[in-house]
Amino acid sequence: MINGTLDREGVDAVLNDLDEYAVEEALRIAETHGGNEDGSANSVTIISMGPERATEAIRKALSMGANDAILISDSALAGADAITTSAILAKVIETGGFDLVLCGTESTDARMSVVPAMISARLGWAQLTFAGSVVVNPGASTVAITRVTDAGVDSMGASFPAVLSVIEKINEPRYPSFKGIMASKKKTIDVRDCASIGISLQGAWSLVADSAPRPARAAGIKVTDSGDGGKELVDFLAGKKLI
Amino acid sequence: MSNVFILVDLQGDAVSKTTAELATAGARMGDVTALIVATPGKSGAIVSALTGPISSVISIESEDLATHGVPAYADLISQIVTEKKPAALLIASHAFGKEIAARVAIATDSGIITDAVDVAADGTATQLVFGGSTTVHSKISHGVSIMTIRANTIEANNAPASPTVENVSKSVSDGAKKATITSSKPFVKGGRPELTEANIVVSGGRGTNGDFAAVEGLADALGAAVGASRAATDAGWYPHTHQVGQTGKTVSPQLYVACGISGAIQHRAGMQTSKTIVVVNKDAEAPIFDIADFGVIGDLFAVLPKATEGVIARKS
Repeated sequence: MINGTLDREGVDAVLNDLDEYAVEEALRIAETHGGNEDGSANSVTIISMGPERATEAIRKALSMGANDAILISDSALAGADAITTSAILAKVIETGGFDLVLCGTESTDARMSVVPAMISARLGWAQLTFAGSVVVNPGASTVAITRVTDAGVDSMGASFPAVLSVIEKINEPRYPSFKGIMASKKKTIDVRDCASIGISLQGAWSLVADSAPRPARAAGIKVTDSGDGGKELVDFLAGKKLI
Repeated sequence: MSNVFILVDLQGDAVSKTTAELATAGARMGDVTALIVATPGKSGAIVSALTGPISSVISIESEDLATHGVPAYADLISQIVTEKKPAALLIASHAFGKEIAARVAIATDSGIITDAVDVAADGTATQLVFGGSTTVHSKISHGVSIMTIRANTIEANNAPASPTVENVSKSVSDGAKKATITSSKPFVKGGRPELTEANIVVSGGRGTNGDFAAVEGLADALGAAVGASRAATDAGWYPHTHQVGQTGKTVSPQLYVACGISGAIQHRAGMQTSKTIVVVNKDAEAPIFDIADFGVIGDLFAVLPKATEGVIARKS
């Protein structure tokens, strides 16, 4: 425990599985539309927040084909909550001249799937989240998605700029090629701290009082079915008053 | 006594059972005001369907909700929260609820806690993190305490509610209308209970070999929802909306029956907070047995039909 936050040091800095879908989708959008009207190619920038060791994860995204990366790394950000994370990311995005921001729907280490909605709210950009498919029309500067959640499927669209999040069924992320890995070594990762992006931290607005490992569940009764396993199962449920 | 807002949780136009759970949690902290945010003409029926310790209702209707979705809901809620300054706002913890909570937190300069499984009278929330292996207690220290609470984790007081009702007229700000919904297809609900709300869940995995009939048979006898492991949904045997696990739904029913599921950590993260776990698997070494209260080593195609018969016999 450090300063009322959860210590995530034990978690490996791997490019979050769910974010690989966002990287893949961004690359596909850039590739599909080739170049802008002014002749410059579309580019994909990786933006991440985390300790210096997060560069390994960023390298993987660069070797998949992203053009460059910005990493916000500051010891003051250890254990940052979603409010702080979204403030930092929004600040970096705001100054980058981007049309679209793609995020994963949920980080696998901290189940807080709220950051994309927060970034959208902070920037005042359209929110197109839980996308199961994305279609971009660069000529019209519009983007359309199908939003897939527990509730159902919505078709929705907006003009640039927009914040998207993608669900994991959206695509099959590519493996970095040897060429991609070699090329990524020449790409730059722009590492910045809070001062250089011009943000002062307000401190977390939700404080952890305590945390403890839950007692492991102990294995209970185990029987081998020899014809009456189903009956024994029902007897167990009845004994527990579950039926 | 402080005032606590809950956002009435709807499935389509119907009040979900999570709403009374939110009210019950809210009543520990103060007087509960239920916030209804609905499309025009819907709130009357919603008010009469409310149960639980709810003292008052604030109802806002807008036709912009259907076309602009989450940002429109969040905008109206932020306006009313800014005006009425409740101590807390409790919302159901699904994709829609969490996104609303996120936007309201930003708009009202408030802290946020998601996926709480319990809330104490002083506003301390309990969360289970790292795949359910660690319990965390935390509290919001700034603004309105915005918390999303997982379905089925709080025992609801379902006493009839007779709240006072205030109809409020507000309009959605232009900034919340940047994305437009052009068509909407709600998932058709089958006859079975919703997965995250169900008291009993019967799940099938690789061991079903794609045949969920035995799993569904037992589920129907028990009045249960049907879940599936990632192996089963990835194989296309069962819809992804039924996937239980880290990248699917997290469930904590009274009873979870895992059939032909090995129990990868990914799956366990989504179900290990179930009160009672029963396992049927022909592999005696399957790790799922380690967390089972009752395990049957056997073929699910033999065990489940007998269990189904036994359940039906006891009910009649």
